[in-house]
Amino acid sequence: MSQPAVSLRHVSKHYLRGGQVIDVLKDIDFDIAPGDFLALMGPSGSGKSTLLNLIAGIDQPSGGQIIVDQVDIATLAEAELADWRASHVGFIFQFYNLMPVLNAQENVELPLMLTTLNARQRKEHASLALEMVGLSDRSSHYPNELSGGQQQRVAIARALVSDPSLIVADEPTGDLDRKSAGEILDLLGQLNTELGKTIIMVTHDGRAAERAHAIRHLEKGELSALEMLQPAKV
Amino acid sequence: MILFMLRMALKNALRHRLRALLTLAGIALAILSFGLLSTVVSAWYAGADAASDKRLITRSAISLVFPLPINYGEKIRAVEGVTSVSWANWFGGVYIEEKNFFPQFAIEPTSYLRLYPEFHLEDAELAAFIRDRQGCVVGRKLAQRFGWKIGDRIPLRGTIYAGNWSFIVRGIYTGRDSGTDENQFFFHWTYLNEWITQRYPRRGNSSGVFVIGIRDGGEAALISERVDSLFRNSLAETLTETEKAFQLGFVAMTESIVLAIQLVSYVVILIIMAVMANTMAMSARERTAEYATLKALGFSPGVIGWLILVESLLLCAIGAGIGISLTWPAVRAVGQALDNLFPVFNVANSTVWLQVAAALVVALSAATIPAWRAMQVRIVDGLRAVG
Ligand SMILES: Nc1ncnc2c1ncn2[C@@H]1O[C@H](COP(=O)(O)OP(=O)(O)OP(=O)(O)O)[C@@H](O)[C@H]1O
Ligand SMILES: [Mg+2]
Repeated sequence: MSQPAVSLRHVSKHYLRGGQVIDVLKDIDFDIAPGDFLALMGPSGSGKSTLLNLIAGIDQPSGGQIIVDQVDIATLAEAELADWRASHVGFIFQFYNLMPVLNAQENVELPLMLTTLNARQRKEHASLALEMVGLSDRSSHYPNELSGGQQQRVAIARALVSDPSLIVADEPTGDLDRKSAGEILDLLGQLNTELGKTIIMVTHDGRAAERAHAIRHLEKGELSALEMLQPAKV
Repeated sequence: MILFMLRMALKNALRHRLRALLTLAGIALAILSFGLLSTVVSAWYAGADAASDKRLITRSAISLVFPLPINYGEKIRAVEGVTSVSWANWFGGVYIEEKNFFPQFAIEPTSYLRLYPEFHLEDAELAAFIRDRQGCVVGRKLAQRFGWKIGDRIPLRGTIYAGNWSFIVRGIYTGRDSGTDENQFFFHWTYLNEWITQRYPRRGNSSGVFVIGIRDGGEAALISERVDSLFRNSLAETLTETEKAFQLGFVAMTESIVLAIQLVSYVVILIIMAVMANTMAMSARERTAEYATLKALGFSPGVIGWLILVESLLLCAIGAGIGISLTWPAVRAVGQALDNLFPVFNVANSTVWLQVAAALVVALSAATIPAWRAMQVRIVDGLRAVG
């Protein structure tokens, strides 16, 4: 078997609140293969977002190792981590988190500002990404002129435009109706099967989770065993 | 990248139309008021600013109201370093009404006007003035204010020299530059002296001040001392100082008013600083999740801080631009409304620079705390601020 895309070793996370230690994650240990599509489920407050944020490198663990593409990101300094995120991780949020003052095209272009691409190349890449999510005709629309589903598709285009190997999605359909949610999940599936992206998705929705290859349940800071739905395409 | 971010900062700045509009109006108004008040302050010092360093003023050591014997002039002229001497007497007449105040001086025409080359007078007018004992020369603004023309008869009611006086306009001088006082009124000292000598023989042949032209401004202190030592231990001791010091002596009498105005102008800036800081803090706080998203995407905290700073700078630049450009018409209007209270009332270059500096200080101070805070916020905490 090839190197895992993500591997967590004895990862823990706790918060101090009022002199009391709150364990959010306890000794988490698991691997994700490249090209895998994993759904993380669990009750509210179980630490799903926390775990996802650790893997995406926007939060630091209290202990343990997080190795993504052979880099232990827990040891990176903040600036290094930022560069690493820019090139390795695509983010999809529940509330899309688009910049309201930028139109769809510009929102998608945003991550490319951190690359060496010139303006023309950035434009081309962004147009291509918008085309992939089926929003070429909305490129000059601002977020407030788009439906929730469309905004999330713009966000997906933004997540894939810099061609990261890992895509993290925190309840990407949490704010959408069933039809839009279905479209978003189709897109995520496409990213996984056609572009080979490794995807980790936090969701409350059983239907959404079924699109993944495997599901992990998180409860009181501990992971359940892997529940396979379909074989990982490696 | 920079252009893209600049546009983003500008769009952020104008995002809330009403808030942006009110903030801009506030900045514009503050910068305008600041400029107006600074103009008032510099108008106060206009006399001192226009003073030549090649002129000294000699007056009675006891008080300006005591005249000096006119024969002092001869003695002063003999002092080493002195190139010319003239003299002037304050007249203090009233033109129709008290509120029409303007300064009037009885002068020795030839020597006086030679000492003040900043007052431009046509040769023909100068000759006509010298020829006419009852003639007078008035500043361009003064003539404009009362609609005087050459040949007009100007009645003045004497207050120090009681009686009804009348003068004929023989010349209208123009100032060399915008800092020159064009509101003065000059007539013949001999005309005044005759009047005094007839009525109060012992008060005749005297002058309020002597104006001394010197070779080298660097010798002012030395020459002043030489002049004053000439008359030490006489009945009328003198006090000689540079024209600038003399003018500043007048300002000193009203210094507390100037200080108060200056203070108000700084308070205005302090207020707009607080308003602007509040606007920026509010905007940055609302965008916590956006800034956290940018950081998640890989943008450094520096970029976030830069975005906020540039937004603040842009707002202040636009507001200050409006405020500064309104300063000229406002100063003109206020100058007229104050009915020529100040002989020189212009927007000085230094005032504009002060306005620019004030706007810069406002922009930087307003951005510092929100920028610093946004830079510090942890990504996960910032993202939570969504709902
Ligand atoms: N900054 C923080 N300080 C203290 N406690 C925190 C902090 N962030 C998260 N927590 C706690 O960690 C726990 C896990 O939070 P997390 O957001 O990961 O849950 P979640 O599984 O994503 O929940 P949800 O399904 O509601 O999104 C919660 O109990 C939460 O209160
Ligand atoms: Mg969560």
